[in-house]
Amino acid sequence: MTTAIRVEHLCKNFGAVVAVDDVSFTVAPGTTTALLGANGAGKTTTIAILLGLLVPSSGAVEVLGEDMVRHRYRVLPRINFSSPYVDLPRRLTVREILTLFARLYGLADRRRRIAEVAASLRIDDQLKRPFGHLSAGQKARVSLAKALLNKPEILFLDEPTASLDPDSADWTRTMIAKEQRDTGMTVLLASHNMAEVERLAAQVLILDRGRIVAKGTPAEVIAQRGRANLEEAFIDIARDVAPEARI
Amino acid sequence: MSTATATRAPTGGSPLGRIAAVMLRHLYILRTSWPRIIELAYWPVMQMILWGFINQFLMTKSSWVAQAAGILIAAVLLWDVLFRGQLGVSVSFLEEIWSRNLAALFVTPLRPTELVAALLGMSLVRTLIGVVPAALLAIVLYEYSIFTLGLPLVAFFANLMVMGWSMGLVIASLILRFGLGAESLAWMAIFAIAPITGIWYPIATLPAWLQPLAWLLPSTYVFEGMRAVMLESRVDWMMMVSAAALNVVYIAAGLGIFLWMFARARRDGLLLRIGE
Repeated sequence: MTTAIRVEHLCKNFGAVVAVDDVSFTVAPGTTTALLGANGAGKTTTIAILLGLLVPSSGAVEVLGEDMVRHRYRVLPRINFSSPYVDLPRRLTVREILTLFARLYGLADRRRRIAEVAASLRIDDQLKRPFGHLSAGQKARVSLAKALLNKPEILFLDEPTASLDPDSADWTRTMIAKEQRDTGMTVLLASHNMAEVERLAAQVLILDRGRIVAKGTPAEVIAQRGRANLEEAFIDIARDVAPEARI
Repeated sequence: MSTATATRAPTGGSPLGRIAAVMLRHLYILRTSWPRIIELAYWPVMQMILWGFINQFLMTKSSWVAQAAGILIAAVLLWDVLFRGQLGVSVSFLEEIWSRNLAALFVTPLRPTELVAALLGMSLVRTLIGVVPAALLAIVLYEYSIFTLGLPLVAFFANLMVMGWSMGLVIASLILRFGLGAESLAWMAIFAIAPITGIWYPIATLPAWLQPLAWLLPSTYVFEGMRAVMLESRVDWMMMVSAAALNVVYIAAGLGIFLWMFARARRDGLLLRIGE
């Protein structure tokens, strides 16, 4: 398989609102691609379409070689996602949540796998606690543990370190990078954290009002805008500042 | 691609496994929340106690009620099967909405039909937790056992559960479409049929123009069938067949409406936004 994800001329309208406007990109297996953009740029909509939660208005979406509109159930056992904006059942304990999702993915040796991810993400002492009683950092780890249960070939992350303190955020990024090194997992990441993107991503896609306005490696995107770092390049794009007109 | 990914080929398990997973999720909540368990049994028990006293009183005042001891208790217990059957589906679905869990569920291999099956299974569990204690207490308090209805009770129960399920699925569909603004329908919608489905009185009591509408409800056949057994010692199996035939239409409609609304929810992005 030459591409893990292939998107061609993807469009999504909500009535008169154009959320995604003729977006095309590919993601190579085993790499990390970051979607950047201001709030409302279309990042979450794009990820939701790739996860099969949302039907596109037009365009082609292939994940692991399968058409996600018609054959998503062939792919869903092989992917997973984590987002602080999608909650997990607060009244269930961490163990109960992981058991639920292990069963939903049909994992053969659930107990062993839950113990593995719990140890790896250092939540084994939280297994008996209700999810709603955890701190933001602990919840992020549990969400990531849930996302890694089925050893996904593609992991979708929507702002994985949002609302985390710097230590927890760095730890999360390290875990994601380690998991990718160990398993060859592909990662598609939506983020506002430029340092995170520069550290993790081999490819950056910057969205603005539903369109891709910059694409390339972090170094290429920085060079395209003639800026010193990705954050400055992003701000230029967000403010519609042409490279020759920067302050 | 690495060899690690080449050896991986998870299949997502089986439909029964996924249905069991969702049911287990709901059972986990019940297991750790005694107020929820008490609430399930509280209303059927209180209703039964209330109607038991009414039954006792009317037995001394009404020859009709006196013909069959416990006729009003049987009526309220069967009504609770219908109500709890519907509520069990609606509230189980609301649990997913309240916990904003739908998106997380549907990124897994879970199909919407499997979620429906789990909701129906939980409805059965909730109904049994609610109605069986009330039925047993009726034996103790009023020396009336609904189980004396015999085999017809199984047909009554099954028809009322299926009708409750179909109504619960329609309500879940409305909640999926309109969000938590439609939440109150879960508790009140079914009472719209209570006056006309003949729970405590024969359909002949209704105005002539209303009776055809009553006969469009599977529950009407159940309550009339109950009265036939208790007052005339007669089992009208055609009533049960008629109820079952109507229920085939009802459950197909309920399922169809839910799947249609689910498809709309995927089109409109509601799986991500619902719960707000």
